[in-house]
Amino acid sequence: MSYRHIDQKPMKKDAMQLLLGKPAYTEDVTPADCLVVKVLRSPYAHALIKNIDTTIACKVPGIEAVYTYKDVPQNRFTMAGQTYPEFSPYDKLILDQRLRFVGDAVAIVAGENEKAVDKALKLIKTDYEVLEPVLDMHTAMDHPVLVHPEDNWDAKVECGADNKRNLVASSRWSEGDVEDVLNNCDKVIRRTYHTQPCQQAAMETFRTYCEIDYYGRLHVISSTQIVFHARRIIANALNIPKSMVRVEKPRIGGGFGSKQTLVAEIYPAFVTWLTKKPSRIVYSRKEVQTCGTPRHEMEMTVTIGAMNDGTIRCIDLYTLSNTGAYSEHGPTTVGLSGTKSIPLYTANLEAFRFDYDVVYTNVQSSGAYRGYGATQGIYAVESAVSEMASVLGIDPVTIREKNMVREGMEMPAYYHEIATSCNLDKCMEKAKNLFDWENKSKVRVLPNGHIRSAGVAMAMQGSGISGCDVGSATVKLEETGFYTLTIGAADMGTGCDTTLAQIAAETLECDLDMINVFGADTDISPYDSGSYASSTTYVTGKAVQMAAEDLIENMKQIVSQMKKVPADDMDFIGTGIKILSTGETVSLEDIATKSMFFNNIPVQITRTNTQPFSPPPFMVGMAETDIDPLTGKVEVVDYVAVVDCGTPINHNLATVQTEGGIVQGIGMALTETVTYTDKGQIMENSFMQYKIPARTDIGSLRIDFAGSYEPTGPYGAKSIGEIVINTPSPAINAAVASAIGKFHYTLPIRPESVLDALEEKK
Amino acid sequence: MLITITLNGKKITEEVTADSLLIDFVRHHKCFSVKRGCETSNCGLCTVLLDGKPVLSCSLLTCRVNGHSVQTLEGLQEEAKEFVGFIANQGAEQCGFCNPGMVVNTIALLREYPDPSDEDIRQFLSGNLCRCSGYESQLRGIRAYLDFRKGDAA
Ligand code: FES
Ligand code: FES
Repeated sequence: MSYRHIDQKPMKKDAMQLLLGKPAYTEDVTPADCLVVKVLRSPYAHALIKNIDTTIACKVPGIEAVYTYKDVPQNRFTMAGQTYPEFSPYDKLILDQRLRFVGDAVAIVAGENEKAVDKALKLIKTDYEVLEPVLDMHTAMDHPVLVHPEDNWDAKVECGADNKRNLVASSRWSEGDVEDVLNNCDKVIRRTYHTQPCQQAAMETFRTYCEIDYYGRLHVISSTQIVFHARRIIANALNIPKSMVRVEKPRIGGGFGSKQTLVAEIYPAFVTWLTKKPSRIVYSRKEVQTCGTPRHEMEMTVTIGAMNDGTIRCIDLYTLSNTGAYSEHGPTTVGLSGTKSIPLYTANLEAFRFDYDVVYTNVQSSGAYRGYGATQGIYAVESAVSEMASVLGIDPVTIREKNMVREGMEMPAYYHEIATSCNLDKCMEKAKNLFDWENKSKVRVLPNGHIRSAGVAMAMQGSGISGCDVGSATVKLEETGFYTLTIGAADMGTGCDTTLAQIAAETLECDLDMINVFGADTDISPYDSGSYASSTTYVTGKAVQMAAEDLIENMKQIVSQMKKVPADDMDFIGTGIKILSTGETVSLEDIATKSMFFNNIPVQITRTNTQPFSPPPFMVGMAETDIDPLTGKVEVVDYVAVVDCGTPINHNLATVQTEGGIVQGIGMALTETVTYTDKGQIMENSFMQYKIPARTDIGSLRIDFAGSYEPTGPYGAKSIGEIVINTPSPAINAAVASAIGKFHYTLPIRPESVLDALEEKK
Repeated sequence: MLITITLNGKKITEEVTADSLLIDFVRHHKCFSVKRGCETSNCGLCTVLLDGKPVLSCSLLTCRVNGHSVQTLEGLQEEAKEFVGFIANQGAEQCGFCNPGMVVNTIALLREYPDPSDEDIRQFLSGNLCRCSGYESQLRGIRAYLDFRKGDAA
């Protein structure tokens, strides 16, 4: 099918403003002459505040307030931005007497300027009772030391959580007779993989501005992906009615899931609510690295049973996930490690098992990060499949082609959903050719001694949370015949303001410039769960299409009144409505004018969409690596990705999303290290040590699409935002393994261990 | 101390404290394009031109700039407009937060190397981190501009 706007390459609506550096972000658009808010951080992984004295700190000139655990409401809440019923247990106070990780909040200081606040922070006198921390996730469950011993800890949903066991979630699930099938397989391998708590590292750190509006309500302007959840969480934290909170987001300097948790908002919200004065918090990079909301550290044990011909009959996965000090997204991320990895091998699968436990420890709390558990699970399962291929002596592409899920199949490990749109096979075919798998998969030694080799991986994700996410859109006909599209989804750089406008323009058959977009503000936007879980294009996008279609019907009603002709005698032609019997056209401008004069037919339509399923996008990634045998350094010289995101709404943005995700994935695979001291302190607390890829660290990226058509999505679209981070770790692992003869079971793949393996091989 | 700085062509004489950083000074003067992404001189978001040369404004004391000229993207609009459309045409600005620093450094690049190779571009801009784009689209945009310029000249 050919479209006017869909699958085209229009510029992002905000492109020129952003590229020319116009003020657009929280710190640019809110007044600087407000209270500066900062947080005093715990130096210990686990401690109780015995005594805290703020008298001297309060005397620093310019200091407005210093708050401690004695000043805050005692009801617990969760900072995870999730829809009712919130899966993350309520385990958090704004400030707590018990400190649960190095960096946990001890006190909040607000003052007229940064200098005064910095000074006051140093003058708070705290006596700590230092407690034994739980630092190892393997021994956390049923550890004698409890991270959350408190009695008002509250799990809203039955998910196996038990704070008296350091457990945030626990589940057992299997279908088919796993033991029996494994016993009857020719080959069974069992491997354990570990992934590190990577940081999203959005370039804009967490930041929030708060003021009291002229109704006396708390007005929050924040860099958040989830305005509606933010309103609820702030009200919960402050223990005030939700009606007293308004949350708005300006432009967001990147999110990747980090801004799906209320990391920063509650501190200035608390300050402004109590002082009634405007305030602002801006996190330092160090705070983001140590008190943020990174990917969950996971350890996954994969057992795969296969026949000598490569038929994969059984996958058994056990995931142990570390949520850290608080529960945020702990019970939900872990599920994706199995449900987004095992179904890739649906074709011949006779049995599977997926069990998990999620534990509390005294380290930085984890959260949502692009891929959300799928990234970890896919690294493990895809690495194991590549190793199985090498054990069986089968080409890693062939084993995948033999076992991959195909369109129309029911995926038992994906809640028995049907793969209604799936071009994974075509992705593989295209990738093979584009990459030249035939030749590049052979290990080659270059004249300079470097070793070149290749690896492959497949991935899937979801498109929104099935049976849960709600996306809404309001489309309004405006004076002279342009439109306003109002959404509650958040463009955090993903370009959804533009892609959703494209959907509206396609439906309304008009130029993209005719659609103004507004989002997001809890007072104005129609309800939307927010921008996460790869939901915006699929869930909200469909709502946009439906709202635009309904608006066309109402415009016809208006013309019907104007011209006394029935609506079925009309055709919407973009610039207006044509009356078929007379050939007369009523322009949009005339309809818009009529809508404002003696009219009772609304030209502002809101539609809401939700779906009982979540059609997965699929993709294939192929990596060519170059290993320097003298240093062990691994470079990705070529990466090919072919994606089935259904219909790509904006070809450019889909490409750039893919490139960006792959580069983040390369960082996870090769450079983004997270290590702790024996006291639980994070070593990589700045970009100096936490190495996100620079432009000199990547070789060529080649992206293509093999889009299927998803019948329930807007113009056949599924999602793209998250899936793209999932293939680099396993593909690079496989590429390196084929060169050095050894798979890696922990990330990142460091030069030292590559060198060790090369030594061993000699 | 009392200093005089020419900021985007305008002379400013002002009392600054000894520990004032240039990034805070220019933002105070409403040059909001200048962003802070780190505290360790790693991200390049804060890039400005000091007497025409790119520097990291987060690592420069304001008093060191006394008597010099500073340009932020606010003062380089015309030069930027020549090529940023090509970057936009690739969808290379995602969240956009890294872009002002990268655009300023690209201006410096194009002044120094009017006809850079891809490798020149990568090297020159290597200190400008971007977490969203994966960099390739930025390169495609700059390349498209250079090709367009060559076509024009031909
Ligand atoms: S703010 Fe990161 S280099 Fe200046
Ligand atoms: S566009 Fe977001 S950091 Fe570069």
